[in-house]
Amino acid sequence: MTALETAPGDAVAAPTKDRRRSPMSYLAPGTASPWVGRGVFVLVAIGLFLLPMMISEPTRIRQFAEYLCYAIVAVGIDIAWGYGGMLVLGQGLFFGMGAYAMGMYLTLENTPGDALPSFMGLYSDYTELPGLWQPFNSLGFAWIAAVIAPMALATALGLLVFKRRIRGPYFAILTQAMALVFWLLLVGQLQLTAGTNGLTNFSKTFGRNKFAPETPEFLYRMALVGLLVVIALGWILMRSRYGKLLTAVRDGEDRVRFLGYDPALVKTMGFAIAAGMAGLAGALSAAIIGIVAPNQFTILPSILMVCWVAVGGRGAIWGAVLGAIVVSWTKTNVSEARPDDWTYVQGALFIVVVGFIPGGIVGLVRSGRAFLTGRGSTKDKLDALTHGVDPEVPA
Amino acid sequence: METFLGQVFTGLSLASILLLAAVGLTFTFGQMGVINMAHGEFIMAGAYTPYVLQTGIMAGAFGLAYLVAFPVAFIVAGLMGLVLERTLLARMTGRALDTLLVTVGVSLVLQQLARDIFGAPNVEVRAPDWLTGNWTLFGVTMPHTRLFIMAVAALSIGAVALFLDRMPDGRRMRAVMQNRDLAAVSGLRTKRVDSKTFFLGSGLAGIAGVSVALIGQVGSQTGTGYVIDAFLVVIVGGLGKLKGTIIAALALGLLNSFSEYYSSASLGKAIVFIAVIVFLQFRPNGIVSFKSRGLTA
Repeated sequence: MTALETAPGDAVAAPTKDRRRSPMSYLAPGTASPWVGRGVFVLVAIGLFLLPMMISEPTRIRQFAEYLCYAIVAVGIDIAWGYGGMLVLGQGLFFGMGAYAMGMYLTLENTPGDALPSFMGLYSDYTELPGLWQPFNSLGFAWIAAVIAPMALATALGLLVFKRRIRGPYFAILTQAMALVFWLLLVGQLQLTAGTNGLTNFSKTFGRNKFAPETPEFLYRMALVGLLVVIALGWILMRSRYGKLLTAVRDGEDRVRFLGYDPALVKTMGFAIAAGMAGLAGALSAAIIGIVAPNQFTILPSILMVCWVAVGGRGAIWGAVLGAIVVSWTKTNVSEARPDDWTYVQGALFIVVVGFIPGGIVGLVRSGRAFLTGRGSTKDKLDALTHGVDPEVPA
Repeated sequence: METFLGQVFTGLSLASILLLAAVGLTFTFGQMGVINMAHGEFIMAGAYTPYVLQTGIMAGAFGLAYLVAFPVAFIVAGLMGLVLERTLLARMTGRALDTLLVTVGVSLVLQQLARDIFGAPNVEVRAPDWLTGNWTLFGVTMPHTRLFIMAVAALSIGAVALFLDRMPDGRRMRAVMQNRDLAAVSGLRTKRVDSKTFFLGSGLAGIAGVSVALIGQVGSQTGTGYVIDAFLVVIVGGLGKLKGTIIAALALGLLNSFSEYYSSASLGKAIVFIAVIVFLQFRPNGIVSFKSRGLTA
């Protein structure tokens, strides 16, 4: 690390070269209007709501519902990483916390009366339900815990780390180590978590028969509502003063500090929001997938979650959503056809997208639009400039 | 007392492995700001090297083959690192977080390649005859293999220290690590120094791989187990500083062994992680850090 770095933002001096308006721009009038985006959002939402009617197999509906959960996680990662510059490599941890919260409720829902969950008979000598499990008899508590517990943990870690100005790669490695510890605890504390087998056999989900043909559709709609709420929340937040502050911290943390803000608090909040979204998605996915096991939440799945956002494009909510759905869909299809090759595909995605197309799908669309209209918005120019320049760590 | 000494030995043994795995990382991380997640797969390549030699060209003399594997693995892993640096990372200066993700991709591809070439099950590396057996001192049983790894770690660190201190290339490395711009205006070809650093750092991963092939399983997952712990060592030790890395490896190794002994394997890791976070509250830049007036250094 070199001494006497220039302040991170100093390298960014926008070249103010005027480009003539290209003739192509007349083909794409009005693309900058915010109402276009809102209109597309409503149309896509209606389309997604009607989607299950077009699919006859319940398992496919379940898969699409799963993708929607992943999209929720991706929105959170995009807020932390795309807007906030914090690379989170351990979202599997928060996703897992949410999934276990709901998994515990579902296990108890399927356990008759005062009996203990069946795995406890195998791995422990509990005679009554352990204290940690007691409150999960209530569905409301499970939902709240699934969101609040990850946020609380993220806040604690965020304050400890960001207050001491630990950032960039250090933070990324610490989140990854935390996901590893979580996995070890889940596997090791099997009297409470059922170990590697995980929690499963939820034949009743939210009072419905899991195998009834209309249940997947119900779960899909639930996930969709969750996703739409999260997208709206993400949009509102990132357009608010807080969102601008978060982006400012990404691009020049010290400058924000000199303006009198506390970047640690701004970043912690972004990290906690991402954690809460991951927790919500985890809870939904527990009901949809019907199994909660440690291997779903270890390091590799956490890294795949970042891949979704990288492919979709950081710094735009819709990019994260699209990336999560497209990559998950590809994963399902590739793994069904040739399971071993998925690892190659995933590796290649990382290398090609991050190495050569750091803007992802969003970046491609934006440069296409800039080409069509003959002008990029100021935001696009700034994004292009800050891409490739990691503001957190001097080269 | 004997169990205490036994835990000390286990801790030191773990520390020597962590040190071997982390020392290469601390240079590539410290000098170039590159987070090389494929470092674990270079360890894996090192671990497969004695297997290839023992089953291939040197099938007759597996003891000798094991020793020959050290220089071979150094070169194999070093070349892998060099290729990675030249083709991908050299284009990505200043994008630390992105290098992390790209090297994650590389590590996934390398793991799958290993499974395709060597098969999914683990393979067996035969230890030389003179490494079988134990040495008992004060009631502590010390396997020869673990003592051997400690010796390898000590020798490697000594060689690296000498290299950094005395050799022209080592001095260049230190110069670039301390102040890249100043080194460049002094006439150093920093890009070339970067490549040499990467070769050295990755080569050390190869040596680590040959060492751990003695005690652990050799398979496509061999490297992943070490890389996160190695990064924790680098973070605690401070960037690019040999002394810090050594102290951090010893501290984490001993802490790991004792916390796992007094609780359980899973809780032990959690304790180590919490200890790292608490430690960073006091020294966010690690045990040994460069003095700098920069804001972000």
